[in-house]
Amino acid sequence: MAETREKLVDVKNLKKYFPLKNSMFKKGNQVVKAVDDVSFHIYKGETFGLVGESGCGKSTLGRTLNRLYDPTAGEICFDGNDIASLNNKQLQPYRKRIQMIFQDPYSSLNPYMTVEEIIDEPLEIHTRLSKGERKKIILDILEKVGLKKEDMEKFPHEFSGGQRQRIGIARALSTNPDFIICDEAISALDVSIQAQVINMLEDLQKELNLTYLFVAHDLSMVRHISDRIGVMYLGKMVEISKSDELYAKPLHPYTQALLSAIPIPDPIKAQNSKREIITGELPSPIEMEKGCRFRARCPFAKPICAEVDPTLKEVEDGHFVACHLY
Amino acid sequence: MSSNIEEKSNLLEVKKLRTSFYDGKSKLEAVRGIDFTVKKGEVLGIVGESGSGKSVMVKSILGIIPTNAKIDAGEIILDGKHIENLSKKDKRAIRGREIAMIFQDPMTALNPLKKAGDHLVELLIRVRGMKKKEAKNEAIELLRMVGIPSPETRVNQYPHEFSGGMRQRVLIAMALACNPKLLIADEPTTALDVTIQAQILELLKKLQTENDMSVVLITHDLGVVATICSRILVMYAGMVMEEGMAHEIFYSPKHPYTKALINSIPRVDGEKTRLKPIKGSAPSLTKVAKGCPFAERCELAIDKCFTEMPVYKSFSSTQKCMCFLAGEGDKLDG
Repeated sequence: MAETREKLVDVKNLKKYFPLKNSMFKKGNQVVKAVDDVSFHIYKGETFGLVGESGCGKSTLGRTLNRLYDPTAGEICFDGNDIASLNNKQLQPYRKRIQMIFQDPYSSLNPYMTVEEIIDEPLEIHTRLSKGERKKIILDILEKVGLKKEDMEKFPHEFSGGQRQRIGIARALSTNPDFIICDEAISALDVSIQAQVINMLEDLQKELNLTYLFVAHDLSMVRHISDRIGVMYLGKMVEISKSDELYAKPLHPYTQALLSAIPIPDPIKAQNSKREIITGELPSPIEMEKGCRFRARCPFAKPICAEVDPTLKEVEDGHFVACHLY
Repeated sequence: MSSNIEEKSNLLEVKKLRTSFYDGKSKLEAVRGIDFTVKKGEVLGIVGESGSGKSVMVKSILGIIPTNAKIDAGEIILDGKHIENLSKKDKRAIRGREIAMIFQDPMTALNPLKKAGDHLVELLIRVRGMKKKEAKNEAIELLRMVGIPSPETRVNQYPHEFSGGMRQRVLIAMALACNPKLLIADEPTTALDVTIQAQILELLKKLQTENDMSVVLITHDLGVVATICSRILVMYAGMVMEEGMAHEIFYSPKHPYTKALINSIPRVDGEKTRLKPIKGSAPSLTKVAKGCPFAERCELAIDKCFTEMPVYKSFSSTQKCMCFLAGEGDKLDG
């Protein structure tokens, strides 16, 4: 079934390197390989989850997809067109179709603008509608995200964190996008509020036929919302699979360690479960040696892991892993 | 495990504690009459959302509340001694020696201009009266104990050379330097990645058993409490809604808030179902309502809930909860 579905986003060999500035003391062309040769695709109407520890490049990948960052190399096909090397003017029609919801509902809304102005701004840029028509759209969107008409005149500081995130979602919806990148969109919210926002995102997806890229570090929430999940480690995609299959049968040793580290909210299960606690921490992304990047922390590392960088291969139907064990 | 904890004696008793913030004429009641005990050698979890007063409460115990806040009433008894009215100097003597604290953000809790080891050395000299050289050796041992590799070199490094998880280990080493009886950990793993969180929780558990310390762990993550706590307090709007052993809270919660909280989180084990959020948001504490603070968001609230404050009902020697409807054998138990 998966093969026949239409791909909305198709990423091929995407790289994003950040050069480190040369200082008086350090010379040379050091780079941080935040996203290094990543390929994956997202089908129309699905939610693709992206997980990994901080510093693995998941946010950079999200921001490169909507061209907040310029990719170093590779292709980003959006609805069949490569947008990786378009200039700002050529990008304009795509910006309308790709929107983003940010992590921090406190700093991602301009405190000097009213809710109406915040939601209106993208409409003003991307449409030629009159003020009255735009107002109608804004009211419609506010209702969709569960805010009231009176809220239009208010400023962001008058809202709680959960409600601010609703404003951020309303802003993202205003241009009627196809694809929304949720970069840790719920991690700043309280547990009871997270569920409200997640349910709303799910309802909106059904109603408006949206495609999500859901970037997060909360693995339980990612499992809940995603159809398929990609696991990143130090700039590489190490495993891609259907969400249920990934949690039931993780293949990559890193995914296994990551999943077993999730604390389970159930005292008996939590105390009886054997947790493989992964030792060590993420190595520096600056000077990467050849071979598999996870090998220093990997309990199954073999000699070949130090020599050859494993590539992503399909071991089971729709289940990709980059590891020499398979 | 649960039975022997009941028999243990109390290390810390908090009675009717009230703490408020004052701003001119207005008053914000952050902690509204809290009673609880910490037994010797137990790990007590305090769960609550932001604004539930959990951090203000432990800061009141330590005497480190901000200057615009005041303890209005209540007793705090540590190991049989009242500590709520101690002078600044006497309170200082308790902090570090008897009660130590680990803070949430390992990035800002260390002085960036001081070497990691010097944080420890200074503490050991001041509190344990060690000589400088002796203190340095002890600092290396402490770093080794909290699992920092090659502590001999690490002791001379600055905080920016440490990762988040390693900084949290340094803070744990500082907290343990003076063998406190009680360790308060305020969201110690919230800023860390899951794999590092697992390492730190394991370490806390190990050190707690080895030193027979009591630990109060404050968190909003139910997974974390289930992993290491034996007893749990559930806080909401400055009050304890429910208290019980971990298995009581997770397998037979009595308060609608506890139930709603457990139901609102997705699980990595089990079926994927639609999440059940709690409607609305936490109440403002500047104008506190007469009735139950959770009434407005409660699915089951009756008229009485809005006008009268419920009293605690006991369900076992360890479990009690503040709700009119709990244990009435009604839809609440369904």
